[in-house]
Amino acid sequence: MKTLSPTRQALNYTALIVVTVFMLLPFVWVFFGSFKTQSEFLGNPGAWFPESFQIDNYIQLFADREFGSYMMNSFVVSGVAIVGNVLFSAMAGYALAKLRFRGKNVVFPLVIVSMIVPYVALFVPQFVVVVQMGLVNSLVAIILPVLILPLCVFIMRQFAHGVPFELMEAARLDGAGEGRLFFRIFLPLTGPGLATVAILSFLTSWNNFLWPLVVAQSQDTYTAPVGLSVASQASNTISFGLLLAGAVVVLLPILILFLFLQKYFIQGVATAGLK
Amino acid sequence: MSTTATRTMVTSGASTRRRPGGTRRMREGSKAETTTAWLFLSPFLALFLLFTGIPAILAIGASLTDMTARDIRDPLGVNFTGFDGFAKVITNPGFQSAFFNTIMFVVLCVPISMALGLALALMLNNGIRRLKTFFRAAVYVPVITNIVAAAVIWQYAFSITGPVNSSLGDLGLPEPNWLGEPGWAITTVVLMGVWRTTGTCMILFLAGLQAVPEEIYEAAATDGAGTWRRLWSITLPLLRPTTLLITVLMTVSFLNIFEEPYLLTKGGPLGSTKSIAVWVYEQFGFGNVSASMAGSVLLLLLVGIVAIVQFRMLRPKH
Repeated sequence: MKTLSPTRQALNYTALIVVTVFMLLPFVWVFFGSFKTQSEFLGNPGAWFPESFQIDNYIQLFADREFGSYMMNSFVVSGVAIVGNVLFSAMAGYALAKLRFRGKNVVFPLVIVSMIVPYVALFVPQFVVVVQMGLVNSLVAIILPVLILPLCVFIMRQFAHGVPFELMEAARLDGAGEGRLFFRIFLPLTGPGLATVAILSFLTSWNNFLWPLVVAQSQDTYTAPVGLSVASQASNTISFGLLLAGAVVVLLPILILFLFLQKYFIQGVATAGLK
Repeated sequence: MSTTATRTMVTSGASTRRRPGGTRRMREGSKAETTTAWLFLSPFLALFLLFTGIPAILAIGASLTDMTARDIRDPLGVNFTGFDGFAKVITNPGFQSAFFNTIMFVVLCVPISMALGLALALMLNNGIRRLKTFFRAAVYVPVITNIVAAAVIWQYAFSITGPVNSSLGDLGLPEPNWLGEPGWAITTVVLMGVWRTTGTCMILFLAGLQAVPEEIYEAAATDGAGTWRRLWSITLPLLRPTTLLITVLMTVSFLNIFEEPYLLTKGGPLGSTKSIAVWVYEQFGFGNVSASMAGSVLLLLLVGIVAIVQFRMLRPKH
């Protein structure tokens, strides 16, 4: 396996480049399309490149649409989700991996079960629960289901196994309380786990679509994806340029983060094998 | 997500055993420890109860009633109708066609994504020298992409006069009505599904490949085994557990397919791309809550059965 013939390598590179081009084409289209004017879409709709780079679509997007408030909602939802997941799944993972108590063998299967259950099967009864709680059409209802993800609990439990028991026993003997153990010893030693959880919970909450679509019933609770999909379904009245600019804005936070934190994105998925 | 489950069942057992004196230590904790544990677990447990436990019971309960949208605010006013609801759903032509469409998406998307993912993983693992990170990232980007934004792009790209057709036209090829004709609409949904999941398959296969010891290949190469022979007799058998996990994961994920057909075609044209999940969402929108819940429960059963069957089929033979 050590030496690959140059021909073999050239073939592999060609194959990889072809696949990569197809994977990235949609991003090229959205980028160039978002700078086209409405008349360009009507005149020469299939052109790949804009005649000139007009930022009118972006200006209009934030000026006279409610898109700014949708983005704000998305940021609030994702921000709270990140804080919630990092804190709560660290706590749960710590308890499951490092504390001794009866009932552990009941709680852990619950984590697994709630990871397997497909969300499509539960959104209708979840909606009934939210209505009963009087939370429908609120950001709280959008946040709650992604506030603590079972997958994150699982990941933190895995990372928690890497923290040596001896260290904790030593701290206990020194008289450290449970809270101190968690904050002073456990958290600093599980940094990469916390980063993975933060990324994963951001992705999940930012990309969440079906649940906000069901729960957000007025424009002031729309998240950016819901706003975008509602606009795209009324696409007779709205221009492709605006929609594509909206898509770029929704994609940008994820792509920027991915550029810098690729390792954690891939680690999250590799450890968890999630969709 | 079933991947996680299996892996856990394997690793949790192993790690408990590995820990020296673990079993004795695990059993008893101080009172403070027990209290802390339950306190630390309470946010998870509360949300589990609220968004998985209660809804699961509610779904099964409501699917046995005649619940409509009006009853959502007052769920106790419904009538118990037994399995009538399920019978109605199963005999409903709309549900049946959604069922077959869903199976079709699984049958088309899962093998393509996995084959492509495996090929990419093999090339990235030891088929090239440079740019590995770049290619890995490029193939992976669609996985993390926001699906609504992606669907907007696909709708635009595959519209009748969009860039895809104009490029095809430039090459002198026919320009199909991608989203407007049943056959092409299915193709578009499958393409988008494959685009979105190949990266996941690739990453998981890469993780599996990295666990294959290099010495085996060297030994095989010394014995004169060629590339294909090594792939067939060494790599694939050793990747068996990884393949099992990815198969289950991908099957479950495509059984639940919702966003691609809903956002691209609304399940149309003529219901040709309507999946079970889209059907469930539609019934909910029409106010047929009990039918919607019965559909969800059937989908849940289907996912469970398929996962169990696949695990049995692909379990290593002793």
